Amino acid sequence: MKRLWYGYVTAPLLGALWAVTVAVLVAVVMSFSTGDAFRPSASLALIWGAAAGYALLRWRAQPWVRAAGVALMTALVMLGIGPVLAGAEVSVVSRLLAGVALGLALIPPLRRIIGDLPQGDLDRHEFEHAVIRFLTGFGYVFFTAIVLIPFYVMVMTSLKSQQALLANPLDFSLDLSRGLDLFRSYIELFRDFNFGRYLLVSVFVSVMTVAITLLFSVPGAYAVARLRFKGRAMMSRSILLIYMVPMIVLALPIYIGFSMAGLRNSIWGILMIYPVTTVPVALYMLQGYFRGLPAEVEEAGLMDGLNRLQVIWKITLPLSLPALASVGLYVFMIAWNEFLLAFMLLDDPSKFTLTRGVAMLNSSEIPRQHLMAGAVIATVPIMVLFLGLERFMTRGLTAGSVKG
Amino acid sequence: MTSSIPPAGTGPLQAREARLAWGLLAPTLISVAIVIILPLIAIFWISFKPIGLADLRPPAPEAYERVRGDLDVAGAEATLEYRLKNSSREYPVTGVRLTDVLPDGLTITELDPRCALDGAALSCDLGDWEAGFSERMRMPVTASQSFVDSEAEVRDTAAVLTGRGNSVLFNGTFTLENFARVFSADEFFSVLWVTLFYTIVGTIGALVVGLMAALILDRDFKGQGIMRGLFLFPYVAPVIAVAFTWVTLFDPFSGSANALLLQMGAIDTPINFFGERPLALIMVTVFEIWRYFPLSFLFILARMQSIDTDMYEAAEMDGASPFQQFRALSLPQLLGILSVLFLLRFIWTFNKFDDIFLLTGGNAGTRTLTVNVYEQAFAISNIGAGAAVAVVIFACLLLFSVFFFRFISQEEGL
Repeated sequence: MKRLWYGYVTAPLLGALWAVTVAVLVAVVMSFSTGDAFRPSASLALIWGAAAGYALLRWRAQPWVRAAGVALMTALVMLGIGPVLAGAEVSVVSRLLAGVALGLALIPPLRRIIGDLPQGDLDRHEFEHAVIRFLTGFGYVFFTAIVLIPFYVMVMTSLKSQQALLANPLDFSLDLSRGLDLFRSYIELFRDFNFGRYLLVSVFVSVMTVAITLLFSVPGAYAVARLRFKGRAMMSRSILLIYMVPMIVLALPIYIGFSMAGLRNSIWGILMIYPVTTVPVALYMLQGYFRGLPAEVEEAGLMDGLNRLQVIWKITLPLSLPALASVGLYVFMIAWNEFLLAFMLLDDPSKFTLTRGVAMLNSSEIPRQHLMAGAVIATVPIMVLFLGLERFMTRGLTAGSVKG
Repeated sequence: MTSSIPPAGTGPLQAREARLAWGLLAPTLISVAIVIILPLIAIFWISFKPIGLADLRPPAPEAYERVRGDLDVAGAEATLEYRLKNSSREYPVTGVRLTDVLPDGLTITELDPRCALDGAALSCDLGDWEAGFSERMRMPVTASQSFVDSEAEVRDTAAVLTGRGNSVLFNGTFTLENFARVFSADEFFSVLWVTLFYTIVGTIGALVVGLMAALILDRDFKGQGIMRGLFLFPYVAPVIAVAFTWVTLFDPFSGSANALLLQMGAIDTPINFFGERPLALIMVTVFEIWRYFPLSFLFILARMQSIDTDMYEAAEMDGASPFQQFRALSLPQLLGILSVLFLLRFIWTFNKFDDIFLLTGGNAGTRTLTVNVYEQAFAISNIGAGAAVAVVIFACLLLFSVFFFRFISQEEGL
């Protein structure tokens, strides 16, 4: 290890590794956005990355070094000997684009990774800091890629036509000349597959679930958090236990019971089950929050002649609005994403929730882009809600802690 | 003189408070009892029952009525026929009664001895029917002019049959066959192995990846909030959407992943990621890691940001390098949350059903215990065996939670 602690060894090494990362990244991004044949070359990336690392260490003080580096990488890619190789039929514009992208992704970040690394002997700190800067950069690229690629594929596939998809599965570029026809899958889903209705059913079911859950769990949570009674400790433990019971174990008897009671294929049947599965989580989250509220305010209310229920309504609830928002959002997410019960209990296409509707699209007779369009329709509302209220959502997730 | 000892026992105020508490908890307790506890008891009951999907419909008497012969002129004679049948070939129905209303103008000339006629209302006591019972009950009828004119049919009013079917779900037959079947099947140990691999690798993987994600975001920079929101995407999106996206992405024929690997020269022939034996299990585990790393990431990040920075400054002064600081300071601080997360995620991954069901349907060596419940109950239509698997799952969970509560009572936080 110690042999690496030398500026002229560390910088080219990190440069080579960074170049491989960037080459793969650029090849994937270019392939996915233009459909052209780009591929990374590990050996060339290692060589040019090491050279770039050396050059940036040697001449980092020079103002021209970055521009020169980007220009050189672009030229190398154009000449076909860069870290990213283009197929013969790739147009000059695409090639130029790939070259510039590679240069910009390789040189300036590498300059930051190298930072003020000394050229000669390094101590442990300098070496590890450089490695950490590299790992951080790698982490950004890696995590952003693994999170975004599936969602990108989902959206773009839904906008393609079946033939285009089969002809080149890599080509996600949009044929803008198709105009409104781009959204054909969506139009067909809403027109022929009743997705407008499923959307409404899902909204109704999720909102009702949130309302019923809060109605049940607020008083319960207050009792567990504030009131003294025998069995209180046991109560807060059993709440945790209950939400470790797997849904599939419950789904089987519920299916049997509903079959015999004629409650299958009914939204009301679904609404009898969903809130109960979320009440324990909500109760657990809320009681934690209620415990954190100052008891003195409530005691003052009691002294002034309010009874307990009035205290809950007039003092505790207004104080815990942010917690209610978090819990509500979290419950909404669970209800919106719920699949198993909807799948088992609903067979009648006129009563589907959105997730059940999407499951219906998974058949060999229905084209893939319809399935992906359905997935987008199911994902967008929850994502919009999530991005708009991220603060509450994050807090809700951390408090709900464990539910999968 | 007043006593300085506080009153012992339960005072009226305390009793009132306790009553209020139970009152407030009542809706939760009742609903949980009905939707969670009752099904749990039911699943134990069913697991000892020889019951298939078809047995869910209790045996019922059925009748099909028709007129044999022509009734096109007044005074014509024909035969009214009821075809009677027990819908079940295995269980009897007892105390069967048939009631029907005859159309106007139709007269039965010779009543079946089991039947009685009151005006136009026909009622018959048909007694007990064996399993698979079937009979044709025939009665001669004559038509009057009004019947011919009205063009009424005997089937205009449906015959109503009542009887007590003895459903296998509620009778006294019990069997251990379900459990024998579950444990003796060759696949049981393969299912168990798949479950353990999926649970352990998935849990540890999600923790490690979450820890890495938290490490790179644990610094102040512009866009940290955006990155944090982004990292949560896989967890927030509906499982059905992301699972189908993965299936599309890794499709052996039209999947982009295969096309990409082919183009880059990494592989020569397309790989069937979700259809080959060891690979499918690895892929569903990777999916599990991908989908649940955000959760561990969020918790670990929250814990990291609450660690006192003074400690790191002191360590810096003493000459500890970044990796040494991580090993000697951060890791011990994170151990608590990591072990709690491990236990909870372990249980939840063990319980997971949707993900594998949507990705592979439990094929290609990815059948876990939970998927096996569905497979037994619905694919093989043997509800009893499915319930037996569910009981096995429940037993495992009880074991975990005993361990869990032993451990968690020593841990901070949850």
